[in-house]
Amino acid sequence: MARAAVPGRLNWLVATLSAARDETATAKTLVLDVPGWPGHLAGQHVDVKLTAEDGYSAQRSYSIASAPDGARLELTVQRIADGEVSPYLTEVMEPGDPLELRGPIGGWFVWNPRSTAPVLLLAGGSGIVPLMAMIRAHAAAASKVPLRLVYSVRNPADAIYASELSERSVASPLTVTYLYTRTAPPGMPVGRISAAAVAAAAWPTQARPAIFICGPTGFVETAANLLVGAGHDPAAIKTERFGPTGDA
Amino acid sequence: MSIVSRGFSGRRRPGDVKLPPGQYLETGFPVLSAGPTPPVKTATWQFTIKTELGQQHRWDWQQFTSLPAEQITTDIHCVTKWSKLGTHWRGVSLDTLLGGVRTNAGYVMARSYGGYTTNLPLPDLRDGKAWVAYEYEGAPLHPEHGGPARLLVPHLYFWKSAKWVTGLDLMTHDQHGFWEELGYHDYGDPWREQRYQGD
Ligand SMILES: Cc1cc2nc3c(=O)[nH]c(=O)nc-3n(C[C@H](O)[C@H](O)[C@H](O)COP(=O)(O)OP(=O)(O)OC[C@H]3O[C@@H](n4cnc5c(N)ncnc54)[C@H](O)[C@@H]3O)c2cc1C
Repeated sequence: MARAAVPGRLNWLVATLSAARDETATAKTLVLDVPGWPGHLAGQHVDVKLTAEDGYSAQRSYSIASAPDGARLELTVQRIADGEVSPYLTEVMEPGDPLELRGPIGGWFVWNPRSTAPVLLLAGGSGIVPLMAMIRAHAAAASKVPLRLVYSVRNPADAIYASELSERSVASPLTVTYLYTRTAPPGMPVGRISAAAVAAAAWPTQARPAIFICGPTGFVETAANLLVGAGHDPAAIKTERFGPTGDA
Repeated sequence: MSIVSRGFSGRRRPGDVKLPPGQYLETGFPVLSAGPTPPVKTATWQFTIKTELGQQHRWDWQQFTSLPAEQITTDIHCVTKWSKLGTHWRGVSLDTLLGGVRTNAGYVMARSYGGYTTNLPLPDLRDGKAWVAYEYEGAPLHPEHGGPARLLVPHLYFWKSAKWVTGLDLMTHDQHGFWEELGYHDYGDPWREQRYQGD
């Protein structure tokens, strides 16, 4: 299991929300200005800390959505209706507000723009966020490595970054396949990730792709098992799990 | 000094619930793994303790599950911020497994099927603080959660409780495991919020 070490102490930094944009009815991108940001690799995340007047505080992790770009950082937050932190980030925060965060965290679920293997990305719901950072870093580096993205969403309107993805799939060697689990656009099937979907969209095993899977646990487990079952090397499959935690 | 987040009040916990700093209460059981869940069969499962002098103590599934087991009720704390209270496990105490092992080592590298590793001080595995667990809430431990058997060291962040554990290498000098090499803390005490190196 080769990986790059990320040494050093992670201090809390004070970011400022410089802009916010709606991605879907329930997901918002926060554009942050983070003086002192040490830089990051595509796929890493930050810890965010909110503090109330009386000192009570709450922390959560959020993937970085943007390619490395100086002191500018983008997070995309999916609002969870009864959540403690995501409604604050998406509904209460306004441009100019400060936000404490630290990072970058995680040196395993990362894509290096110098790598030459084809890339297979599988996203479930908001699991697209760290994969989008990889797609953006790929474009920023003008990498010629082919990328394939399989993106599972409930309904067409839940797809985050849909227009950027369609633009990038024209401009760069990126192929995007959507899976719709509840409702599909006219003429498209409804269905979950399956052996057939993987066979249709994934690289053949001989291509030895680097594989990144991110999303809710059920999606990640299923997708990883299908790829291992199809003959992909388990050591080439990196996973990140967040979102609905399911039961025990 | 933390800065106040304008308009944030947070979701408070019932007064008697004490959680480590930065943690929130979870009722599900989230999964955190770096890769696919490795298929581990009890028919070929082995657990090996290797001393710093290379001596090996090995158990197969039959031998391991014949050892005296304990019921454990404990809180668990994941570095990704969730804590879960009052979880129930069944497993073999490391005191039992280390009982016949002669060693002067101070550290341990836990090794798992699939290649995962994590480092711990050996004293943290002794005196009723750690187990190799194979049941969760009365059922065989699910593969997603580390089955057939995982380390259970609940006083440290949960990444130290290596899933799919297959052995312990006893070491005289500390070395980094998988997440520790990537910047996570060598010890990982949730009450001191030792998430990352330097915390
Ligand atoms: C490494 C990492 C990276 C992450 N990256 C992102 C990211 O880029 N964007 C993002 O939006 N989130 C991301 N998350 C999830 C994020 O950390 C929070 O868990 C999420 O925002 C919910 O927090 P909350 O305080 O709003 O809800 P909580 O108060 O924590 O939870 C409220 C309820 O919702 C459930 N729940 C939690 N998450 C979800 C979910 N996703 N869908 C449905 N139900 C849920 C909980 O089990 C609980 O019952 C990431 C998590 C990790 C560990």
